[in-house]
Amino acid sequence: MPAAPTTLDRSKTVAGRRAGATTEPWWIRGLLIGVTVVFLGAFLFVPLLAVFAQALSKGVAAYFHSLIDADALASIRLTLLTAAISVPASALVGVAAAWAITKFDFVGKSLLITVIDLPFTVSPVVAGLIFVLLFGRRGWLGPWLDAQGIQIIFAVPGIVLVTLFVTFPFVARELIPLMQAQGTEEEEAARVLGASGWRMFRRVTLPNIKWALLYGVILCNARAMGEFGAVSVVSGHIRGHTNTMPLHVEILYNDYEFVGAFTVASLLAMLALVTLVAKSIIEWRAARQMAAAELTGPRDELE
Amino acid sequence: MPSGRTSGRFGLVVILGLAGLAGLVSLANVGCQSSDELTLLNVSYDPTREFYKEFNEEFTRHWKETTGQDVRVDMSHGGAGKQARAVIDGLKADVVTLALAYDIDAISREAGLMPEDWQKRLPHNSCPYTSTIVFLVRKGNPKGIKDWGDLVKPDVSIITPNPKTSGGARWNYLAAWGYVLKKELGDLAKINDPSQKEAVDRAHAAAREFVTKLFRQVPVLDSGARGSTVTFDQREMGDVLLAWENEAFRVLQDSGPDKFEIVVPSISILAEPPVTLMDKVADKHGARAVAEAYLKHLYSPAGQRLAAKHFYRPVSPEGVPAEDVARFVKVELIRIDDVFGGWAKAQKEHFDDGGVFDQIYKPE
Repeated sequence: MPAAPTTLDRSKTVAGRRAGATTEPWWIRGLLIGVTVVFLGAFLFVPLLAVFAQALSKGVAAYFHSLIDADALASIRLTLLTAAISVPASALVGVAAAWAITKFDFVGKSLLITVIDLPFTVSPVVAGLIFVLLFGRRGWLGPWLDAQGIQIIFAVPGIVLVTLFVTFPFVARELIPLMQAQGTEEEEAARVLGASGWRMFRRVTLPNIKWALLYGVILCNARAMGEFGAVSVVSGHIRGHTNTMPLHVEILYNDYEFVGAFTVASLLAMLALVTLVAKSIIEWRAARQMAAAELTGPRDELE
Repeated sequence: MPSGRTSGRFGLVVILGLAGLAGLVSLANVGCQSSDELTLLNVSYDPTREFYKEFNEEFTRHWKETTGQDVRVDMSHGGAGKQARAVIDGLKADVVTLALAYDIDAISREAGLMPEDWQKRLPHNSCPYTSTIVFLVRKGNPKGIKDWGDLVKPDVSIITPNPKTSGGARWNYLAAWGYVLKKELGDLAKINDPSQKEAVDRAHAAAREFVTKLFRQVPVLDSGARGSTVTFDQREMGDVLLAWENEAFRVLQDSGPDKFEIVVPSISILAEPPVTLMDKVADKHGARAVAEAYLKHLYSPAGQRLAAKHFYRPVSPEGVPAEDVARFVKVELIRIDDVFGGWAKAQKEHFDDGGVFDQIYKPE
């Protein structure tokens, strides 16, 4: 990546200039930092610690005992399966959508951009109910599906579908601004040089967007594994079959099995931590990619 | 700009998308029926988890012994209203075991999965076990709560879930109402006697006033029975919890008798959580025989023993160990059919939108 050093230098100077422009006395800065740290500590760190403290409150043995409980394992399996299907699918659709929006001009493009955000703006409960209306016994497709013996809702396919629905925008939202900044010149050059469509995508487009894509995938995965509301509506809560990890946490909590509940919750918390670290690393790389695209700009790319 | 190449690219995307959909459909089939293993899905309400966990093991053993077949019973638990709703929307329950007949009536009415007279198909109104409403108070009963009348003393704080969403809370509300009717009328048979209409109306007015006062002393209405129990037990709010008897015993067992005491009031309500077969689902699924046997087994001595062990009052206590029966205090229990004219009527009058509860409960 030849443009990288320039980008870094540039961002440094920009940051440097901005920091110098603030003239607040030291104590205001100290106060603001202090408030932020206390807030983060009280609202993020302490609850996180509490999850692990509760999970381990009856000892490590009890922790692992609740981990290998058949229903807990089933919920972990289901969560992994759901993410394994919905994350690649939403990445695929996200790339396709971002491609369509940024590389072509067509009627209704801005409408499409707005519609992509729909899953973000709709409450998860409503998202779940949409699928009940579609696939439920009395829904539009319900009677037909019932006659074919296909069960969508209150079964794994329904859970995958709603997860896909709520996670779909993550990848597209990450890619669209980047691909807009990058423009189409590199692809056009590739085509002039005789690359096929697939080759062009693999050798030119994909390397250009890979960090942003990965960033979108990480966020998408975190949501896919953590989604509660929409999944709860279509799950049916059949123990050992249609409970994902977040649903299982709630059920165990209501059953007074606090150790079990917080054990599964601690897995989700660990997922959050891993996501956070991966996200920071990738965010940094993605920002460089974005800055490179902005710096060089679509027009002088080939110079 | 779009050319033959771009459309080729989109072709690829479309093909991959279709492959994904095909995967989903095959999953759908797997999710539906993976093998010829016999399975049953029992959709139940919240506090039955421990009971059915043990009963399902017992039934699996029983079925294997009598038929040689393996059967697996899957469970789904949740608020009774929510569970009924899920069955109506397509949750493939072979049997339902819910908190009150009204919710099962809704399944019959909305989805037509079984005949309307389903409640006549099994003994005791299709209820293999019953329960009632009792008070759970803090150790030593510091507020001296002995009966319903003590609840409305000015310094008593009461915990109950919301009757709009919780089956258990509707029983609480009706039990309190019934207590006043009994106190005012002396003999509840007067309710169905047209010549006593004036006295009965006066009694209902008094009951309404009492229940209004009672709900004024409820600091928080949780949406379900389990939520209220956690509020009382873990968050330590309130002086008295109006609870299912089985739930009260469970809290006592879990938190230890040095924290709480059960107070049985002078009169309470007979709570009948019915069970029934979802004919259409079970027939399609080829599980009618095993589903019927499952429900019948609830009435067997083994089923009754387990019900009593998990603090449900057995309907035929003959084979149940004496100490398990002895903990159920004998108390006069009013029946919803006699006093309130059945669930459909009680629901409409008291709990539907604009009903009595909406009129008397106005949060400040």
